[in-house]
Amino acid sequence: MRRRGWIDALFIFPCALAFVMVIIVPFFIGIYYSMTDWNGVNPVISWVGFINFQGMFSQPQFIYSFLITLMYTAINIVFVNLVGFLLSLLATSKVRLRNLYRAGFFVPNLIGGIVLGYIWQFLFNNVIYTLGSNLGIGFLSSSLISKPATVIWAMSFVNTWQYAGYIMMIYVAAIQSISESIMEAASVDGANYFTRIRKILMPMMANAFTITIFLTLTTSFKQFDLNFSLTNGGPALRFMGKAIRSSQLLAMDIYSTANGLNRMAEAQAKAVVFFIILVVFSLIQVYINKRREVEA
Amino acid sequence: MNLQHTKSISPAGLVGGKKSRAWPIILEIGGILLFLLFMIPFLMVLLNSAKTAKEIIFDPIALPQNWAQIFQNIKLIFENPTTDYIGAFFDSLIITVLSLAVISIFSAMCAWALVRNKKKWSTVIFMVFVAAMVIPFQVVMFPLVRWFKIVGDFLRIPLLGSYQGIVFAYLGFGCSMSIFILHGFIKNVPLELEEAATIDGCSQARTFFSVVLPLLQPAFITVLILNGIWIWNDFLLPLLVLGSNGRVQTIPLAVTSFAGSYLKQWDLILTSTLLAMLPIIVLFIFAQRYIIKGMVEGSIK
Repeated sequence: MRRRGWIDALFIFPCALAFVMVIIVPFFIGIYYSMTDWNGVNPVISWVGFINFQGMFSQPQFIYSFLITLMYTAINIVFVNLVGFLLSLLATSKVRLRNLYRAGFFVPNLIGGIVLGYIWQFLFNNVIYTLGSNLGIGFLSSSLISKPATVIWAMSFVNTWQYAGYIMMIYVAAIQSISESIMEAASVDGANYFTRIRKILMPMMANAFTITIFLTLTTSFKQFDLNFSLTNGGPALRFMGKAIRSSQLLAMDIYSTANGLNRMAEAQAKAVVFFIILVVFSLIQVYINKRREVEA
Repeated sequence: MNLQHTKSISPAGLVGGKKSRAWPIILEIGGILLFLLFMIPFLMVLLNSAKTAKEIIFDPIALPQNWAQIFQNIKLIFENPTTDYIGAFFDSLIITVLSLAVISIFSAMCAWALVRNKKKWSTVIFMVFVAAMVIPFQVVMFPLVRWFKIVGDFLRIPLLGSYQGIVFAYLGFGCSMSIFILHGFIKNVPLELEEAATIDGCSQARTFFSVVLPLLQPAFITVLILNGIWIWNDFLLPLLVLGSNGRVQTIPLAVTSFAGSYLKQWDLILTSTLLAMLPIIVLFIFAQRYIIKGMVEGSIK
């Protein structure tokens, strides 16, 4: 078959055009703007070098946002995967209503972070609070999202509720691809339930674990919607002698630097740092996958 | 990958060996409790959507005194002067459907051309599409708005605050992953089929539209679901491209503006979230298998 290059080019064109206009051009403009004094108002934009980058690392808000984003990400990796794994064991057991459970655990994932954030704001501030004071549970008798010490944990809790069902489905797919005869053989050889899970099931799911750990890593690190509607960055806290917002994750810090403070160039510089960190995460993931392929 | 629901999986009595009788019962009870725990937030939304603001403040856990209040609340939202909720619903629908249409057709065209064209440049283009998936939205969002303004003014086609602008943006953001998924699928479509079509006199374009395109259906399901859920729920891109009180609105924007202007009026806010969730949950009930399959396959690739 003779293939005409110009028809191929024509077929590629619509996507390539949108891709270049929406991602590539703004990406390079963005890198340029991160080294300017762009403020969104003044049409004259001038080059300032790396001042925006130097400035951010001495800002209490940015340092705090950075730290709590790492903490939030770490908590989520542990909890989302742990809960997802336990749910997948339940959903692949012989329990009667397992298909209903699977669907039920999965549903929160389909609903946007904005909507869920408002719902959980209500749950934390009204329902759980009322429940806590009615039952006399001390630590619930003030809202968990109103205290800097608990707000990140509350957000992780919601994120786990939202995301664990999705991770569960990835594990379910992995478990189903393991042949039954292996598990049967182990059972006959006298391996009990926990030994079978630890020595056979989990090693055979190694690939799925790599996928889910990086999925939870990147989605937590990029968290914005839930942060915006659940806490909007609050409550306030004093850190390094300055008043800051104690649940403002990095993505939201970028947004509010630009939106509330009109410091567009500085927000852009933060976004570039954000991008570089995500590239590092992806490179680590590619490296791990490559190494596994070599071993296999 | 096998995600059939009916199949009883349990890799050889993974749970509940022959020895213990207690395990199955503990699991059954634990399962139900866990399921209820997961559903409580939805239940609370439903309960409190059928209450007045006073009732909610008085007791957010109790059953509503009058379930018909839910219609009263819905009516208040629909007739609300600040947020055109019904308009936002249809705007969301139009944006999602149009975006899905252009993403799937153009990504399939692009992916097919990239797979079948053996020149070096096509490999390079594919690599650029894949590599760009690392770029987070945050790093392009502010320049994008400015760039859209410049291009829109230049072409005299408004890209900000319009359907065409946001659909074009979704094509740009959605095509990388869609091309990646379709690329992987098309590689396994036998070339002989296309050669036979050519011998029968099909042009290159016709071969694609009448032979290849119908074969892509399973991959399209994944592409439609992944992009559809994302676009329907997306918040930041509509916020920046459409603006928070522009002519065109989406459901997440409407819910946000609602929550912003009726601070702590939970009767209205919760009813608005209920209305926002309803279409997705109904869709999920009917297309559960496809949705789960699409979302899981998308993540693994």
